[in-house]
Amino acid sequence: MTIKEALFQYTLRQGDTSLILGHRLSEWCGHGPKLEQDIALINIALDLVGQSRSYLEYAARIEDKNRTEDDLAYHRAEREFKNLLLVEQPNGNWGNTIMRSFYYDVFHYLFLHELVKSKDEQIAAIAQKSLKEVTYHLKHNSDWVIRLGDGTEESHVIMQTAADELWMFTGEMFDMDEVDDILMKEGIAPDLKPLHSKWLQKVKDVFTEATLKVPPEDAWMQSGGKLKGIHSEQMGFILSEMQYLPRAYPDATW
Amino acid sequence: MSKPKSKNEWPLWEVFIRSKAGLSHKHVGSVHAADHEMAIENARDVYTRRSEGISIWVVESNQVHANNPAEKDSLFEPADDKIYRHPTFYEIPDEVGHI
Amino acid sequence: MSKEKAFEQEFENKIENEIKIEPRDWMPEKYRENLIRQISQHAHSEVVGMLPEANWITRAPSLRRKVALLAKVQDEAGHGLYLYSATETLGARREDTVDDLHEGRAKYSNIFNYPSVTWADIGVIGWLVDGAAIQNQVMLTRTSYGPYSRAMVRICKEESFHQRQGYEIVLHMAKGTPEQKEMAQDALNRWWWPSLMMFGPSDKDSKHSQQSLAWKIKRQGNDELRQEFIDKTVPQAKYAGLTIPDPDLKWNEEKGVHDFGEIDWSEFMNVIKGNGPMNRSRIKARKAAKENGAWVREAATAYHEKKMKRAQQKQSAA
Repeated sequence: MTIKEALFQYTLRQGDTSLILGHRLSEWCGHGPKLEQDIALINIALDLVGQSRSYLEYAARIEDKNRTEDDLAYHRAEREFKNLLLVEQPNGNWGNTIMRSFYYDVFHYLFLHELVKSKDEQIAAIAQKSLKEVTYHLKHNSDWVIRLGDGTEESHVIMQTAADELWMFTGEMFDMDEVDDILMKEGIAPDLKPLHSKWLQKVKDVFTEATLKVPPEDAWMQSGGKLKGIHSEQMGFILSEMQYLPRAYPDATW
Repeated sequence: MSKPKSKNEWPLWEVFIRSKAGLSHKHVGSVHAADHEMAIENARDVYTRRSEGISIWVVESNQVHANNPAEKDSLFEPADDKIYRHPTFYEIPDEVGHI
Repeated sequence: MSKEKAFEQEFENKIENEIKIEPRDWMPEKYRENLIRQISQHAHSEVVGMLPEANWITRAPSLRRKVALLAKVQDEAGHGLYLYSATETLGARREDTVDDLHEGRAKYSNIFNYPSVTWADIGVIGWLVDGAAIQNQVMLTRTSYGPYSRAMVRICKEESFHQRQGYEIVLHMAKGTPEQKEMAQDALNRWWWPSLMMFGPSDKDSKHSQQSLAWKIKRQGNDELRQEFIDKTVPQAKYAGLTIPDPDLKWNEEKGVHDFGEIDWSEFMNVIKGNGPMNRSRIKARKAAKENGAWVREAATAYHEKKMKRAQQKQSAA
């Protein structure tokens, strides 16, 4: 694998994860528990789709095959998407949505902190911009995990259930392969292994305040989305919704 | 003006935004929130989507005290005839220049 | 002169002299009621209006269109909040006005009882529905009630991108493939008449219009606003190469305005009564959002109370 190929894959992984999480959060639009929260969630979705556009636009340039950000978003199939399994999980109730974002935000924050040092200027610039946004996402969602975890008995149960159910999708965030190895040697990508303990510590801190139990650290973890493009059944539904217009009218532009 | 609230209703907060350094905070509207941190976040998302602010104050609405509007005349009218508080009250010959 | 009479006189003087009425000023009870009805109805329209468009966010055909639509629908939530915030200054709590909506006691703009069937609808909603709304809202920036007027100024400023966003979509489709053009024309056919109905019945048949005009809550009549909207929109349709579905529409040289066909008010009345294709679905969606979110709102309140209690205990222990 060449550096260029690795960089293309790597950029897709970030872009796809942002895009799919942004897609999921948009599904809440008009249905949130309070109008103020609809607005908050859309803000986060806008940040994520914005990040995704930067990554995909860059990926298209790296690939150099005359494709655009939209070609990458709208004309790739399930197996070509390299997002984390975590972010494609259905919204469920508001608690599931908050917990899914929280698990990812902690990782995303730590990851971007390293990515800003990337020797690839474009990647570093995207990371720099994203870090400000994600710092807010993390604060916002940590606050919500605490409120709902330590709120009522009902909310506590909902949040604990969400924490437990989504747990098996958290390990994948730290998976690495040849793509990472090649780019680490070039100083473009960070090593994800050291982030794991930091991630766990932050989750523990917030869960302690939220009176939630951290699921067992040695639990079995799912993987395959980010590295191999093997997704859950959810993915096909997301794409058939997201891509339907450009696929149904291939000659049209919008 | 506030009525008793049922259990799951969040209180009303008045929002004040400083649009840029050098200007005062200005009242822009209100949000609902369970606590002041949420109120600030909600105010940020509702009232600064287009870079309208660099600083936010929130105050729970029931903590805002106002004068009785019926006392408007006795509170504010007495100032109307104190024209000696304004520079134009004083006559300075033009030759002196700007003072 | 009785105290009440003196207040009333002062109120009338303010209206006469274009001095805004502010929240704690004396105002006739009917003026307050009228405002609460109109502003909350306006707020509900923003919020219910999110639904037909939010439907398409996950299906927006390009990422550029997706962020624009997200931002637009988010603005609508924001505008709903600015308006609820204005009704709260009149002592009407948001929870109560929202309950009125959910129980069918309050109305919202009838237009949102029609379905957004294709992507072209997103374009036409922005172009016509926001266009008609802006027509109305620009007039309302001069309304006599201060908080309403300030909310409107802000809303008008923000909405200027909404209509452009919609017209850009329409134009792009109208100049696109034959299928796209057909979609755009079809959307215009379906939304044209309901958009004209947005201005409400003719002034002579509108029960609220006269009083609202006298109190300067509204500054222009329904018919005048509708006419201005038509005159503005006709050239835009022409530029896009689309046909407005009204055989009677033609330029009246003498009056300097467009003549247009008879509006089918029986359809309007029926949709208002709940017989539109989407009435039930819209209210159901809003009620479900409220009910499914009850545990979240309760939990946040409970957490805040716990936190206050802990702080107090800490203080008294110290």
